[in-house]
Parts: sequence; structure tokens; C-alpha cells
Amino acid sequence: MSRTRTAGLPGWLYAPAALGAAFVLLPLVAIVAKVDWANFLDLITSESSRAALALSLRTSAASTALCVLIGVPMALVLARTTFPGQRILRSLVLLPLVLPPVVGGLALLYTFGRRGLLGHTLEVLDIRIAFSTIAVVLAQTFVSLPFLVVSLEGSLRTAGDRYETVAASLGARPTTVLRRITLPLVLPGLLAGAVLSFARAMGEFGATITFAGSLQGVTRTLPLEIYLQRESDPDAAVALALVLVVVAVLVIAWLRPERAAR
Amino acid sequence: MSLEFTATVADRGLEVAFEVATGETLALLGPNGAGKSTVLSVIAGLLRPDTGRVVLDDRTLVATDERVDLAPHLREVALLAQEPLLFPHLSVRENVAFGPRSRGRSRTEARAAADAWLDRVGAAELGDRKPGEVSGGQAQRIAVARALAAEPHLLLLDEPMAALDVAVTPALRQTLRQVLADRTTVLVTHDVLDALLLADRVLVIDEGRVVEEGRSGEVLAQPRSAFAARLAGLNLLHGTWRGDHAVLPDGSQVHGIVAGPEPAVGDLVVATFRPHAVAVYLERPVGSPRNVFATTIDDLEPLGDLIRVRAGQLSADVTAHSVAALDLVLGTAAQLTVKATEVAIYRL
Repeated sequence: MSRTRTAGLPGWLYAPAALGAAFVLLPLVAIVAKVDWANFLDLITSESSRAALALSLRTSAASTALCVLIGVPMALVLARTTFPGQRILRSLVLLPLVLPPVVGGLALLYTFGRRGLLGHTLEVLDIRIAFSTIAVVLAQTFVSLPFLVVSLEGSLRTAGDRYETVAASLGARPTTVLRRITLPLVLPGLLAGAVLSFARAMGEFGATITFAGSLQGVTRTLPLEIYLQRESDPDAAVALALVLVVVAVLVIAWLRPERAAR
Repeated sequence: MSLEFTATVADRGLEVAFEVATGETLALLGPNGAGKSTVLSVIAGLLRPDTGRVVLDDRTLVATDERVDLAPHLREVALLAQEPLLFPHLSVRENVAFGPRSRGRSRTEARAAADAWLDRVGAAELGDRKPGEVSGGQAQRIAVARALAAEPHLLLLDEPMAALDVAVTPALRQTLRQVLADRTTVLVTHDVLDALLLADRVLVIDEGRVVEEGRSGEVLAQPRSAFAARLAGLNLLHGTWRGDHAVLPDGSQVHGIVAGPEPAVGDLVVATFRPHAVAVYLERPVGSPRNVFATTIDDLEPLGDLIRVRAGQLSADVTAHSVAALDLVLGTAAQLTVKATEVAIYRL
């Protein structure tokens, strides 16, 4: 079989590289090894587990939808227009990527909480957000929005605006261009961004527990449930952890062909 | 009813004004960076000029003094670039139907219009394919159909054949000749033949200014600007086809190789050849299968390390050494010869 070869790497490099790979993979093996397979189904279908799993799926789906609704316009504005302060704005939008989630949760609490920035207005409207399921969705959206915006903005820049120019010259209004040309062309990037956002939302812990608390069936998502069960019922915690690992593996499997195609 | 164009774009050093009559095709010639594509961008609405005014068929597209600047999609100006840029996610038919659909035609009407245009450019059987499944030449034909299906008042062509394989350009050029007849068009090109065969008039732009303007045949045969001379300076002889050669108005015969579609006997043709290919003799060469033109020398001008000899309608580029050896001066009677294989004959 023919093979191409590069200039070659120094031999010693393989040792730390293998160590790194082991460092990532070994903990996954450890979790799988720890699973109590005999009771696995019972553990992940207990009432509290099912409530947490259902809540996580519901809220993650809702926050992913919210990310698409506000993230797509944000990515379009960042990729296709220029305005003063755009570079600063782009950096700020990425802030939740590097901000500790607990800090994000605290920030949300001081925005939407009863004593928060918008608290009084919301109080007047009789809307209470903190420590509700909506708070879970907001916390998840806050941390996962940058994933969608970054992924989609990259796709938009790669696709360029030449097809859009042609479409406009053929008489298509901006809305038609967006609907029939721009969005279909960046659909792979949009899906990749949405899947990343969903995965980030499923795993969200710090901002959720700070802003939404941990009320079974209302705000106690899967990661919170795992954290709480860790003390009382380690077997259930491990079983649920495996569920999140499976979700993560599925996400990676979904994204891989997209990456390869680029 | 026509296109009126006046614009200055300071940061690209452009200051150009011209008009195109309805149904006329104007070729913009010029070196890279001369401002040709900038002109197209201003007309298409992709670049707002610093000052200027573009009026198409009594509609003002842009007028800086009146603060008019129509959005690109309202201009009814279709742009065809070097690359076909077919929308990759739509079928060929949907690509061509895109313009009619965007202008509010029904799905059925748009599909019918698309099929009619695909037929006209010779791509009728490609409708169901995806753009990735057609060749470069076919894709550019489809792009032509798509631009025309939008029923533009003005067609802008930006070097439409530059990115194509040489083998497919004659066929596409022929298609363009058919569809551009009676259509107001501005064509940016580097190719003298495109200007000659597709355009009625030529505008030569250099460093953002119009340096020469006139009927295509005249400008290309007797260029006055340095650029046009370098680019063109082609020998162009108009004649009538006689089956295997062309007869010029003075009765002399020209043999050559037919490029593009075969002319019928009696068709008007143009024979083109480069001054490089022409040799100069004092006596008529004996027994040579060449085209020979008896003429007198009108002009001698240096052109780089060569001398361009002008004699009647013809030009020959020869070395200074041959000029000296043959003792060529103004008024010398000379025989200009060119091999038949160097002469390209086009049906007009």
C-alpha cells in the first residue's frame, strides 16, 4: 500500500502524546468499569433520574432553539456587516466561553433576579424567572450561545458573499436571499453549531445551580442530579454519568463528518 | 433608452464617463487594475461612487447629487462573472428559475422560463442536474441562461470566458453572440476576439481614465492608445467566404483556418492574424503557399525591440535588422506575407 510521509516527528514526542490520549480516555474507561450493569436500567429509570433526564432534554432543546433564534441573526450581523465597535462586540459575545459558569449564573441572577437589573420591571409584569425552569433555559442559553455564533460566523465567512451578490443581481430581495441562498449554504455550519450548543446545554452545571437552584423536576437537570446522587447513591450517579458520556460521544460522532468535509 | 454612466471613485483612481445605446454591446478593455471591474461594481450597486450618476432606461440607479442609490436587487442589472457561481444547493433548473421566482413569477411560469432559456443556451438536457455534475463550460452556459432569465434591462459580463478551458470558449462565444444581439450589455474582457466578435463598440480604460473609444473593428485594427496597441494591433481583414478562402473587396484572396462555426459561401467573414506572423519581402516570394499582399509602406514605428511596419490595412512586426537589410523606408513597395496556418477566420 502506498503511503505519503511527512518530514517526520522526533521519536520522543510520541510518549507525551500517548500520555495525553490516555489522560483523556482512561477516565471514560473508569466510569464504564464502575457502572453497576445489573441494575443499570433501574438506576437510570428511577423517578428522580427520569425527571432529571426529561428536564435536561426539554431545557436543552429549548435553549438550543433560543440560541438559533438569536444566534443566527447575531452571526449574520457579525459576518456580513461592518460597524464601529464590531471587534469589541465580537470579543464580548465570546465572553461566556471563558467566563466561569458560576460567575455567569451570578450575573444572570443580578439581571433577572428579584433584586436584579430587570427584576423590578419583571416584578411589575408578574414574571418570576430566577429558580424556575425558564432560569435553567436562560442559564444554558447564556453559556452555549457563543458555540453557535462562532461556528456559524465561521461558516458564513468561509462561504463568502459572492452567491448572495449574484442572487441580488437576479432581483432577489434581502429576505429572499437569506432564505433561499445564505441559510441553505451554511446549513452544515448551523447544524454543527446547534449540536455543540445542545451538548453544552446538556452539561451545564455552574450557572444553572447559581441562577436556577436545584428543585427536582423544575430546575434539577442531569448534571445537578449526578452531583447530588454522588453522595447518597454513587451507583445511580455513575449510571447517569454514563448517559451524559453517551450523549457526548454521539455529538462528536455527528460532528466528525462535517469537520472532515471542510 | 440607454445606459448613461459617469462616476469617480477616488480610492481606486477612477474617473470615467460613457453611454451605451439600447441594444448595444460595449466592451471595456484595459490592463489589470485599470478600473474595468470597478465600473461594473458601480453599475451593479456593489460600490457607491464618490460622485457620479448612472441612469438606465430613464431610471436613476445612482445619483450622488440627488442622494439616489438604488439597492442592487432593484436595479434589474444582471451580473455574470468569470466563475459561473451557480447556487450549489439548487438544481440547474432551479438556478435558472431563481430570477423569475424572485420577481414574483409563479413556480410553473418560472420553470417554463428556465427550460426555455436552458434550451437557448444549449443546456436543455441538464435541468435536473446539480451544478456539481456539469462541466465548467456547461456551468457558464447555465449562468448565462440564469442571468438572462431574470429579464435584466442591462447585462454585465465580467470576463465571462477567462476561467474556461480554451477548448470550450468558441462554442460559448457563439452562444453569447446569439443572445447578446439586441441586448444592452457591458462586457469586460482581456480578449481581443471577444471585443471584436461580441461588442459593437470598445472603450479602452487605463489608470482609471478612458483613453480610447470607437467601433470595435476600428479600434482593434488601428489602435491609438498604447494599451490597445499592445493588446490588439491585430490585422483584421473583412471579406466574403468562398468555401475555402475569403475574398477581400479588392479581389485578393486570403487562406486561413476557420475558428468557430463554419461560414457558408457568401457569408461575411473576418480574417485575423498577428503582426508577428507577417513577413516582409521586396519581391513576391516564388512558389510559396502563403497569403501575399502587395502594398507600400506607410509607417515605421519602434515597438520594443521590434519595428512595426504599417502598410495599408496591415501591420508587420519585424526586427530592426531586417528593416535595415531590406532598406525599408516610407513609400517602399513591399510584399507582406503570412502563412495560412497563422490566419484565423471568423464568421461575422
